[in-house]
Amino acid sequence: MNFLSIARRALDAAVSARGVAYADVRVVDIHSRSLSTRNGRVGSASSGESLGCGIRVIANGAWGFASTGDLTAEGIARAARLAAGIAHASSLALRSPVQLASEPAHRAVWRSEWKKDPLAMPVDEQLSYLLRVDEELRRVEGVTLAGAQMECWRERKVFVSSEGAEIDQTRTVMGAGCEAYSFREGEIQKRSYPNSFGGQYQLGGWELVENLDLLGHAPRIAEEAVALHDAAQCPELTGTLILDSSQLGLQIHESIGHPIELDRVLGSEANYAGMSFLTLNRLRSLRYGSDLVNVVCDARAEHGPGMGTIAFDDEGVEAQCTPIITAGQFTGYMTSRETAPAVGEERSNGTMRASSWDRIPLIRMTNVSLLPGHQSLDELFDVDHGVYMETNRSWSIDDKRYNFQFGCEMAWEIKNGKKVRMLKNPTYSGISTEFWNSCDAIAGREHWTLWGVPNCGKGQPEQVMGTGHGASPARFRNVKIGGGYGR
Amino acid sequence: MTEVELLPHNVCRQALGWADEAARSLGIRDVELHVGAESSALTRFANNTIHQNVASHGIALSVRTAFDGRTARASTNRITREDVRRAVEQAAALTRAAELDPHLPEMLGPQDVPDAPRWFSRTAACTPDERAVAVKGAIDAAEAEGQTAAGIFSTGESVTAILNTHGLYCYHAETDAVFSMTAMAADSSGWAKRSACDLGDLDVAALAAGAASKAKLSANPIEIEPGRYRVVLEHAAVLDLVGQIVADFSATAIEEQRSFLTGKLGQCLFGQNISIADDCRHPMQDGAPFDGEGMPRTRLVLVDRGVVREVACGRAAALRTASQPTGHGLALPNDAGEMAANIVMSGGEESVESLVAGMDRGILVTRLWYIREVDPAAKIMTGMTRDGTFLVEGGRAVRGLRNFRFNQSVVELLNSVEAMSAPRRTSGEEAFDMVVPALRAANFHFSEVTRF
Repeated sequence: MNFLSIARRALDAAVSARGVAYADVRVVDIHSRSLSTRNGRVGSASSGESLGCGIRVIANGAWGFASTGDLTAEGIARAARLAAGIAHASSLALRSPVQLASEPAHRAVWRSEWKKDPLAMPVDEQLSYLLRVDEELRRVEGVTLAGAQMECWRERKVFVSSEGAEIDQTRTVMGAGCEAYSFREGEIQKRSYPNSFGGQYQLGGWELVENLDLLGHAPRIAEEAVALHDAAQCPELTGTLILDSSQLGLQIHESIGHPIELDRVLGSEANYAGMSFLTLNRLRSLRYGSDLVNVVCDARAEHGPGMGTIAFDDEGVEAQCTPIITAGQFTGYMTSRETAPAVGEERSNGTMRASSWDRIPLIRMTNVSLLPGHQSLDELFDVDHGVYMETNRSWSIDDKRYNFQFGCEMAWEIKNGKKVRMLKNPTYSGISTEFWNSCDAIAGREHWTLWGVPNCGKGQPEQVMGTGHGASPARFRNVKIGGGYGR
Repeated sequence: MTEVELLPHNVCRQALGWADEAARSLGIRDVELHVGAESSALTRFANNTIHQNVASHGIALSVRTAFDGRTARASTNRITREDVRRAVEQAAALTRAAELDPHLPEMLGPQDVPDAPRWFSRTAACTPDERAVAVKGAIDAAEAEGQTAAGIFSTGESVTAILNTHGLYCYHAETDAVFSMTAMAADSSGWAKRSACDLGDLDVAALAAGAASKAKLSANPIEIEPGRYRVVLEHAAVLDLVGQIVADFSATAIEEQRSFLTGKLGQCLFGQNISIADDCRHPMQDGAPFDGEGMPRTRLVLVDRGVVREVACGRAAALRTASQPTGHGLALPNDAGEMAANIVMSGGEESVESLVAGMDRGILVTRLWYIREVDPAAKIMTGMTRDGTFLVEGGRAVRGLRNFRFNQSVVELLNSVEAMSAPRRTSGEEAFDMVVPALRAANFHFSEVTRF
């Protein structure tokens, strides 16, 4: 099937509809595989294919969007007419006509890299690896539920626009992880590797799973899950907090990534995901973090194989690196072609992405990363007293992205630079800007990992998107710890 | 059973014929199909203008093959003979690689599933113009109060069918309509949301007026100290919290010891005024009357006057635990087992107004946001209040409050309920739609206050 021909045909149908001033078309083809184990049996074993076309138009100054999995000439023409009809209906409640920041009409072909194609590998090889991990977890007495999982998909996306863009991108995403639960006397404890809620996700192939070495880490996390029952409860205190890089990745996602979405700032998401404390007057005037804090939104391949790594976004805008926080100063939002002019920009910084062919692109995090610092881990832990937390267990933040609370799977009490005892049920909370301003140490590049968050929800109808977040472990002062279990 | 044009019976049966043909060529006799079709449209508005307006139409086919005690699934969104054949081949390849499951249920034969009429032509036929006119009216209501409105109005129809080579054929058509709106004033906001299978049951103008009224009443919010307060939780806030314990009422979750109900069936865990059922045929409920395995959904008494009585049980879990399946299984194979999906919580005789009137001092909560589990065994949940949090004094909501973070055990909450309103069908953003009451409870734990 020639996707470019289909996309061109859909574009022709869209621009010939009544009153259409702009149109773009995405033909998206997704192939996926998902495997999981539960206590030695197969939990899920599935594969999927999804192929369809999304048509976005501006008519009468308003947006319309329609999608279809029927790629016959008739199906495409029907969707194009519907998109135009919807745009005309939108104009019934329109304040000002949509205008788009300019972008060159790119023509390009791009593929992300992988070494071992996870969709071409024999399923039994993948499943037997997961079952060995599952078995290794259950070797530890006290583990009551073990699980291992992998998920991979390849997404080919052909984008054409009435401005002349023709872009053909293919991304292969790989994710894997494992976890051990332990139930004892009414208490449930859990440890995950390399991250919770599915594990680690990046662009790439099966080599990612090999490099993670789930099998090698399974005994440790199983033992930790059981040991947590006998650990002391994380106390309530205000003090020094050190976060591992995976938890810090989610902290970045929630307290920096979401508030810098310009559509959220401008009110487009007010009814569901919410708005942002980063109102327009705070651009280039707010001290968002300490001098050590440098954050970028970087979709380029040179940033790494993140879930947000692309060559072009779903408006045909080239991938870029945008400074978000520069030496603690708030310096940039994530924008789209429609919203960029609201912050005086002539060009979108390329963050519009849709979860599939049947969804409209929204401003989404690409790779929002904290750049590494220069400290060693010994220097990071060189405190009189502190708490070191590992691996997310819960996350919650208000609808303006200001007040947050996180829970982690495990913590260690630090005294005089040493881990002295394990703590269970750790939580911490704070206000976004106060938290980032309290950062006084960030570990170096050798400890930096580009984490994948595969389950970021936004939009109505909701879209689930994968995002990337690079982070090294970092230290924060005067943080409220333990409040989740406060009475 | 109601047949709709979106997915005619003959399309389902033809797909099964193609799947059977492809499977037999591989020596496979047990094939199950899930066929789904959906046509939906959503008009989204913000800043008093329609800014996103979308429609989608799609079909989904999922094939499960089973042989030698193994099973797996493959899906596609195209139903041609070639696509169905490829899906069968992929499912068969996955099945061959799967481990032997000694408790894999046989595929079901024909089932007696009474129809649940939930498809309404007016809803299926709703046009972008009709939605735009209704949205314009909602925006006008907010603008009349000097407010900014954001929200959605969606309508759609869907079909779910499950059929197999053992003669099973289940088919359910349904329509849905959802309206929600957030009205924003200078320093306050209000929210309302409802859903219905029949568009005629949605009063968009009343919902918009309700959201605007809350935004007006919560203007100039003050900050009060966090702590333990008596609260009135409106229906949506109850939905948000009760929704967090539903997945625990699962035989598989208990078997795997990841449910807070592990070892507690038959115990009185909640107040004697708490009763919760799962009832697909309740008149305010939605959804198909059969589960992901094609079994008819039965009515479950999850909690009877505080005592945990029954849990959902899929056929695989039933085989493993020597119990009876309840018709709540998820499509096989899966990780979670089963899920109660039609929650009906009993209520009382009060209204929201009388619940508030019965409180000298406390807090009235419209809805909650971003709820996550802090402790899976104690069911401590954290989250925020949002879009209408009020100080109650002398039995009246006297002014708006800055929003709180809470850390609250749902089990403790359901032991602290003083009074309830009549239950009604309720929509929120933190759980699927349920039939729940509003309630008044003691000692709700607000742990922090935010800055707005």
